[in-house]
Amino acid sequence: MSTIRLSAAEIAEKLAAGEVSSAEVTQDHLDRIAAVDGDVNAFLALDGEGALETARDVDARRAAGETLHPLAGVPIAVKDVVATEGIVTTAGSRILEGWVPPYDAFLTRRLRAAGLPILGKTNMDEFAMGSSTEHSAYGPTHNPWDLDRIPGGSGGGSAAAVGAYEAPLAIGTDTGGSIRQPAAVTGTVGVKPTYGGVSRYGLIALASSLDQAGPVTRSVLDAALLHELIGGHDPLDSTSIDAPVPPVVEAARRADVSGLRIGIVRELGGEGYQAGVRARFDEAVTLLTKAGAEIVEVSCPSFEYALSTYYLILPAEASSNLAKFDAMRYGLRVGPHGVADPSAEQVMAATREAGFGDEVKRRIIIGTYALSSGYYDAYYGSAQKVRTLIAQDFARAFEQVDVLISPTSPTTAFRLGSKLDDPMSMYLQDVATIPANLAGIPGLSLPVGVAEEDGLPVGLQVLAPAMADDRLYNVGAALERLLLEQWGAPLLSKAPELATKEATK
Amino acid sequence: MTATRTELVPFDAALETYDPAMGLEVHVELNTASKMFCGCSTVFGAEPNTQVCPTCLGLPGALPVVNGKAVESAIRIGLALNCSIAPWSRFARKNYFYPDMPKNFQTSQYDEPIAYDGWTEVTVETDEGPRVFRIDIERAHMEEDTGKSLHVGGSTGRIHGADHSLVDYNRAGIPLIEVVTKPILGAGKYAPLVARAYVASLRELVKALDVSDARMEQGSMRCDVNLSLAPSGSDVLGTRSETKNVNSLRSVERAVRYEVERHAGILDAGQKVVQETRHWHEDTGVTTSGREKSDAEDYRYFPEPDLVPVAPSDAWVEELRATLPEPPAERRARLQAEWGYSDLEMRDVVGAGAIDLIEATISAGATPTAARKWWLGDLARRANDTATPIDELGVTPTQVAEVQALVDAKRINDKLARQVFDGLVAGEGTPEEIVAARGLEVVSDDGALAAAVDRAIEANPDVADKIRDGKVAAAGALIGAVMKDMRGQADAGRVRELIIEKLS
Ligand SMILES: [Zn+2]
Repeated sequence: MSTIRLSAAEIAEKLAAGEVSSAEVTQDHLDRIAAVDGDVNAFLALDGEGALETARDVDARRAAGETLHPLAGVPIAVKDVVATEGIVTTAGSRILEGWVPPYDAFLTRRLRAAGLPILGKTNMDEFAMGSSTEHSAYGPTHNPWDLDRIPGGSGGGSAAAVGAYEAPLAIGTDTGGSIRQPAAVTGTVGVKPTYGGVSRYGLIALASSLDQAGPVTRSVLDAALLHELIGGHDPLDSTSIDAPVPPVVEAARRADVSGLRIGIVRELGGEGYQAGVRARFDEAVTLLTKAGAEIVEVSCPSFEYALSTYYLILPAEASSNLAKFDAMRYGLRVGPHGVADPSAEQVMAATREAGFGDEVKRRIIIGTYALSSGYYDAYYGSAQKVRTLIAQDFARAFEQVDVLISPTSPTTAFRLGSKLDDPMSMYLQDVATIPANLAGIPGLSLPVGVAEEDGLPVGLQVLAPAMADDRLYNVGAALERLLLEQWGAPLLSKAPELATKEATK
Repeated sequence: MTATRTELVPFDAALETYDPAMGLEVHVELNTASKMFCGCSTVFGAEPNTQVCPTCLGLPGALPVVNGKAVESAIRIGLALNCSIAPWSRFARKNYFYPDMPKNFQTSQYDEPIAYDGWTEVTVETDEGPRVFRIDIERAHMEEDTGKSLHVGGSTGRIHGADHSLVDYNRAGIPLIEVVTKPILGAGKYAPLVARAYVASLRELVKALDVSDARMEQGSMRCDVNLSLAPSGSDVLGTRSETKNVNSLRSVERAVRYEVERHAGILDAGQKVVQETRHWHEDTGVTTSGREKSDAEDYRYFPEPDLVPVAPSDAWVEELRATLPEPPAERRARLQAEWGYSDLEMRDVVGAGAIDLIEATISAGATPTAARKWWLGDLARRANDTATPIDELGVTPTQVAEVQALVDAKRINDKLARQVFDGLVAGEGTPEEIVAARGLEVVSDDGALAAAVDRAIEANPDVADKIRDGKVAAAGALIGAVMKDMRGQADAGRVRELIIEKLS
């Protein structure tokens, strides 16, 4: 009996009870990857041997009676933007093809210390720029619900891996929705913690003031368990918050919304949102009301400018963060065509020309422009002011309510290739998720059903004040339980079976 | 049209038509144990690329953390320069591509420096005697150093013509404080001296604060000289040139002088000075054009999102203020008065870098006159001859005081004292041990001395006669003969007494 359809919490229980070994669980998932990932393309790199080695080590330590972390032995997939010593890390870019980091990210160290076998690295839009994983230099990831559709982005690989039962847990990063939107369109759970809640040390930076790593799972409790493991203060990240991780696991187990005030953001919904998305969202609101929550409509007028603000701040920071990819010390090196004795500058230019994809170049150009002298005040400077206004909108809203909810994404998964020539419509995928990144507050997306018109999953987003991440889990787990009672089985069980290839051992 | 080749106008002639305005930007490398944003060592001279980590190599994902000790040094420098300390300041990214910059941006401070609006004073010898010039300080800010490029092949050591280049990132991320003056106006013909005196006083100050080695020859203190000329009496500044890496006090003075002469030549020819960076050539004493600074050069500064603001509390700043040493100029004035040195003597002491040594020698028991005699005499000569810093000769202030005590006790004389210093430099032990081991003690046995005097009188009857005739001045020749006989180990005063006694 394969363990791939169990939740991480269930696997952890079976491991603790000695009903199954980590080596077996890890092998089950490696077999599943071999069977389906040819179609899904969730992974850019696999480390089966390393994962099994960790698994056997955990099994041995458990047999020796050592006290282990609750998730010890539960395999995990890690987004390719996270530095993993000894495992190729490319951030989905040609410019880092074959780069093996000489060091571990903070969260990688946490995973290793807790004994989670790392299965491999998951596909993503190049440098996390995109909402479909189509901007990966290594080909798109396919949505397990429909292989012709996008799995969301930038963390489509992590969401698809979890959704296709290739891993029970995954790490994502969320700069404008890259954890939550993929979770929404693949029927999985994704959480962006409070900015500073998980160390950014070792995350290949997209936009330093927006990036945040978090869990990608199939249940709210699993997300809480992983969040608790990777969260907490890191002195090597100056923006890391020096405070204990909020009581997320306890909140996920409490799952009680009675007496809570839940706000619906007027600006995040309605026009521009797919009918099926709106229908599932409204039903979820009804369920929450029945469970004793008080629903309040709130307005956040500055959210109108969130998308344009985001698309100034992000490219500005990214243009600077990506300057280090210059062929001098690591990564791709390309000589300029037809130049006999190229200068360092010519090699830098040729390498960046060859190594970066179009979307990356587009954002570097926008960012360089936005920071240029004479334009700085009008663009980057104004964007920072609007950012403050958005944070103030949230602050006012949270004076009235405990959490806010909205659809995670305006649409369900669209077809691969359908928005590639229309960056604006691609950017709109993140219209509901971006405000949380701009304000640094936490957000969670969980599946609330499928849209009638296409049978594809719909996500609902919960937002809470900074460092009140536990509220996300309380509300998320409550809604998850109510929905499960209705459905009788998790939403993912409604996804069509993927064709499997015989695992070659 | 840009100026290409024009004649220099002699300095004095240039000053008849133009007023120079200077701006000095001095980079001071801090002597913290670790780098500005990571834990790597800062020791000078290590094997290339051995003092590096993901952060200072700019590896993907690595992050900076501010070195608190560097902030402390920055605040102390700011306070010593009478600056205001910002209660809240930020780092900013200065974006430009260069192979020795790991991230292709330098983490620096831009519009929110940690220290701003200060001043200091320097004294320069003018035709009318010493004159005090006030230098206003625009700002002092923190930043990280870049790596170091080594261009292999080619003749110039510069990138053009090189076969290939190597980069050493050991220096990348070493903390720097950049101290920027406001335009220094009104120095006229003393501009070169004022520039030199300012850099010298800044060097003295950071050494006194013990925040930097400030070794210009090793590049731990580097100076950029901005200079422009305006027609005499005009209050509009001219177009400036920025001469980079002027790395000795003498060069600072020469570079200012040269740029005055060059700018005057361009202006006299009716041409326009180009705003550009220039290279200083120590060997030929000229500057040559570097890259032109056009409007296109845009560093796209923005606040460093990977760091939180630096917000020193008032209490901390006041605590640091209390640790400031006496300002160098005040200390010099106090010591000069205490020691009774003339202005000229004091200037020599300062010039020789011997002020601390003399102070310690005096507190070990020597008189100010004796301390100065040794440090500026025999010991300064040794330092000079062997090109060794005077404080690294191997002779300590305490030993100098001990040697002088031996002289005062008439156990050795000045000439023998020099042999004691030979022994000290050679590491032969304490002054006492060296006197004993080398057998240097003055012979005080009158019997032995009298015999030597008799031998000298016998060997020099003519001289003896002259002395008998009352020409006492002739005694010198006999003293010399006795001293030679005694191999210098006699008290010349006592020898003289014995000679006069015997011949009167
Ligand atoms: Zn380092």
